[in-house]
Amino acid sequence: MSVLLFTIVVLLGAFLAGLVGSMTGLGGGVIIIPLLTLVLGVDIHYAIGASIISVIATSSGSAAAYVKEGITNIRLGMFLEIATTISAIFGAVITVYINPSYIAIVFGMILLFSAAMMIRKKVDRSDNDTSGKIALWLRLNGTYPVDGSIKKYAVHNVVGGFMMMFVAGIISGLLGIGSGALKVIAMDNIMRIPFRVSTTTSNFMMGVTAAASAVVYFHRGQIDPGIAMPVTIGVLIGSTLGAKILLRTKPDKLKVVFAVVVTFLALQMIYNGMAGRL
Amino acid sequence: MKWDGKNFFADRDVQLILGTLLRVGVITSMAVVFLGGVIYLMSSHADLVDYRAFDAGKSGMSSIVAIYQGVLHMDGAAIIQFGTLLLIFTPVARVVFSIFSFLIERDYLYVVIGLLVLVVILISLSNKLVG
Repeated sequence: MSVLLFTIVVLLGAFLAGLVGSMTGLGGGVIIIPLLTLVLGVDIHYAIGASIISVIATSSGSAAAYVKEGITNIRLGMFLEIATTISAIFGAVITVYINPSYIAIVFGMILLFSAAMMIRKKVDRSDNDTSGKIALWLRLNGTYPVDGSIKKYAVHNVVGGFMMMFVAGIISGLLGIGSGALKVIAMDNIMRIPFRVSTTTSNFMMGVTAAASAVVYFHRGQIDPGIAMPVTIGVLIGSTLGAKILLRTKPDKLKVVFAVVVTFLALQMIYNGMAGRL
Repeated sequence: MKWDGKNFFADRDVQLILGTLLRVGVITSMAVVFLGGVIYLMSSHADLVDYRAFDAGKSGMSSIVAIYQGVLHMDGAAIIQFGTLLLIFTPVARVVFSIFSFLIERDYLYVVIGLLVLVVILISLSNKLVG
């Protein structure tokens, strides 16, 4: 395949990945990696390097908008970044010592898990019971705007959430994805903060987490300009458009369709990993 | 109730500047990547791609020195990598800025937390980790 054709195919694929990724909340990385490896036969280490760069671009781009609206809990994000950056670097360091087949299998399983998380019904368990000592000491309890008024919420189980962020960071560094699904679990279910705060704060943390592992990938030569360029530009344009469409429509039906596609991709990754073809 | 008093408004200013910083970082770095991409395609659009096996030394673009030399010669791949580096440092710049804003707010606990995050990233900058 010539450089020109490869660039055009990857650009289109990354655009679609970014579009659907932002409309469903999955993120572009989980789609672009199967696309590069399964369809174009790119080595998974290159795919991971390109994907992590697109994660930095999309998360920083959308964090810019969320932060200005005052929804993001910056203190909570900064505190949890201690856990995610350390573990992301650890994940990025160990990824080359692991057989690519195993990485593909782990990737497939995370993909299945993300698909399940996407269609599950969410239960908001946030409250304003500010009795948690650590949350009080770290001043994590916050406010966010709802319909023009300011609502207060409390952060629970800080230790549990912090530990879960270690897992999210390792997965992010190992696979080159944002691992938003894991971060949101840590914040929704363990720390029990409101959805809008958890999704925007997870997004806020993603940029720094991805930057930490991206530096390791960069030194190792996993970030190839010929792949990273079309992937980053494509995913960023796609996800920006997706976010605009999302303001006008509720993509519930799309999510179900997309969960099926993601499940298929996940099984392909696991199958090819087991067969040793990746 | 510290968090709905004066601190909230102080945070609002921080949020506005943070948002602008991130946006400018993404737009600038993507413009550089795009420019590099155009030059890269003009010079090597007919070459054949081969990414089937990972080869650490293949692109020759994994050190700051190599990228700097390449950018001086208007090499497309090097300009893409330079844009990528700018993008990687956008969230890092955000951490540095947050540390200063917490310092102005006299929120020393969060100055320390921010410094911790920064130190972790600085450790990752050492290429000894790659092995």
